[in-house]
Amino acid sequence: MAQPANRPVFAPWTDPNEKPLIRFQNVTKRFGEFTAIDNITIDIYRREFFALLGPSGCGKTTLMRMLAGFETPTEGTILLDGQDIAPIPPNKRATNMMFQSYALFPHLTVWDNIAFGLRRSDMPKDQIPARVEEMLKLVRLEKFARRKPHQISGGQRQRVALARSLAKAPKLLLLDEPLGALDKKLRQDTQFELMDIQEKTGTTFVIVTHDQEEAMTVASRVAVMDHGRMIQVDTPDRIYETPNSVYVADFIGDVNIIAGTATPKGDDKVSIVWAEGQAPIAATAPGALTPGTPVHFAIRPEKVAIATQKPEDRANVIEGTVEDIAYLGNISTYKVALPGGQMIKAQVANDRRIARRNITWEDKVWLSFTDTAGVVLLN
Amino acid sequence: MNFRRLFLIFTPYTWLLIFFLIPFAIVLKISLSDYAISIPPYTPVLDLEAGWAGVKEFLSALDFENFTFLTSDALYYTAYLSSLKIAFISTVITLIVGYPIAYGMAQAPDEWRPTLMMLVILPFWTSFLIRVYSWIGILSNEGFLNQFLMWTGIIDAPLQILNTNTAVYTGIVYTYLPFMILPIYSALEKLDGSLIEAAEDLGCSRLQAFWLVTFPLSRPGVIAGCFLVFIPALGEFVIPSLLGGSSTLMIGKVLFEEFFVNRDWPVASAVAVVLLLILIIPIVLFQRNEQKQREAEG
Repeated sequence: MAQPANRPVFAPWTDPNEKPLIRFQNVTKRFGEFTAIDNITIDIYRREFFALLGPSGCGKTTLMRMLAGFETPTEGTILLDGQDIAPIPPNKRATNMMFQSYALFPHLTVWDNIAFGLRRSDMPKDQIPARVEEMLKLVRLEKFARRKPHQISGGQRQRVALARSLAKAPKLLLLDEPLGALDKKLRQDTQFELMDIQEKTGTTFVIVTHDQEEAMTVASRVAVMDHGRMIQVDTPDRIYETPNSVYVADFIGDVNIIAGTATPKGDDKVSIVWAEGQAPIAATAPGALTPGTPVHFAIRPEKVAIATQKPEDRANVIEGTVEDIAYLGNISTYKVALPGGQMIKAQVANDRRIARRNITWEDKVWLSFTDTAGVVLLN
Repeated sequence: MNFRRLFLIFTPYTWLLIFFLIPFAIVLKISLSDYAISIPPYTPVLDLEAGWAGVKEFLSALDFENFTFLTSDALYYTAYLSSLKIAFISTVITLIVGYPIAYGMAQAPDEWRPTLMMLVILPFWTSFLIRVYSWIGILSNEGFLNQFLMWTGIIDAPLQILNTNTAVYTGIVYTYLPFMILPIYSALEKLDGSLIEAAEDLGCSRLQAFWLVTFPLSRPGVIAGCFLVFIPALGEFVIPSLLGGSSTLMIGKVLFEEFFVNRDWPVASAVAVVLLLILIIPIVLFQRNEQKQREAEG
């Protein structure tokens, strides 16, 4: 990431003096025999937009429900602002949650839904209307204040739920699959809106999602979870560019995974023997590897170039046959079969009109990539 | 409009006409007649053979005398008022007893619910009369309740429960409890659990969440349950005559006595017509509530 030196980067997790807002210390949660959360330790900082990402049943929702107070950890402690929150019931916590189903009160108007939390707080009665108006303005729903939830659209309901959970100005806002019920187009617009609102209010957001694109778009850091453990916690670009495991590489985006054995070549360079009769892959792997270590080489399809002529200046060149072409409008994905039967995907931006495309089915093509394009994974 | 739709619409209306409107017209007609020692025990009787003159004569003999009579004797309006009071108090008690049961059922694990539902409906499998009768065995001076209380030493002499209003309330609450539980349960069961969590998350205690969210959302069920108990309880005859005493005055009992003891069909019919008029108000309100609920769901 080449950031200009004078622009401050938001990265409190790199600053050792920064105090985390939330601290999970060796937190484990079991439901009977089932371990939902397995010894998690993680710090979340103020103003962060932290995404918990994983398949269903990975424990991300349990983690969030522990923050809201609907579940208590079996072992370990959760600190909010340095205070153990285990004994604090949900209604006394400085956190608010936006539910997946929105959980709007069907018998109350939009206005009363937003005012609901304020009326339970110690806010003076005469200040409540102003705060509700402010929230309505934030989510652009002033006109719908008097409607009941069943009289507005899904997208509007989602915004009411957001306004309701933000009204009490919580220290921490929890979002449980907030955009899951919206269609794709609306979801993308709402993602940006959500980031805007997060920035405007300066609230710390923790979002649970199974949609990796959503996590990548909105989050300052993403935690990829599986079976109650955090596999990797990092910024979206690092999760994508330098995944720490095959699981993360495979879960986030599209990837080619090639199994082989690595031999160090010095200067962080390794060569990976991966198939009979193929030249070894030249790659970069920081840290010492013992010769013959079994590894997985992961490379994103968009980092693989495809050409009809053999390129001369690339570190890795592999020959293959086009098996399939997926045309997605802006990009095309070529599935190329290698002589050993392995498939490699290469992605090309369609900057020319489709009629001018010179590669088609059954063509002999050359795939190439540099020695820094992929990552070498040990597990 | 095709035949199928006409058929579907006319079936219930025909049913209503034959089994409700025509019998009601007959009762209304009798209530406007006069008592007579004859078969049938009232005059005038419509004589169709006399033709138009017969109809005219018949109509001119009808009057509101019986209704005026109802207002002249305190027995009737005290019986109406007492019935309203007993029905109202029983409804409130049934609600207080039934709501927690329905709430408990709705909170119970999914696999228990069919069993609990079964237990609520189970009493219907035996005859209503037998169930009310068995309360005599429980509430009488030598009954199980008094024996148990005397055995525990709480009382020395048996309590007079049978043949009092307390016994009538007990009987009505016992009999109509399922009609209260089922609609409330069905309203509570549909309730999304995350609404309660949302209320707690926004600062409500458990009790506040109940009053601000659960209770308002179960209101259609509560209203339906109350009407389902109040309407039949108002005209109840079996329970007050079996469990109530001489001081228990209910209009159902008065009606029975007019018909079968005094054989004064015209006055009995007038009592029935007035009872129906009193009931029409809650029935219309009940229908409105149902319709509103359907609209809210649709």
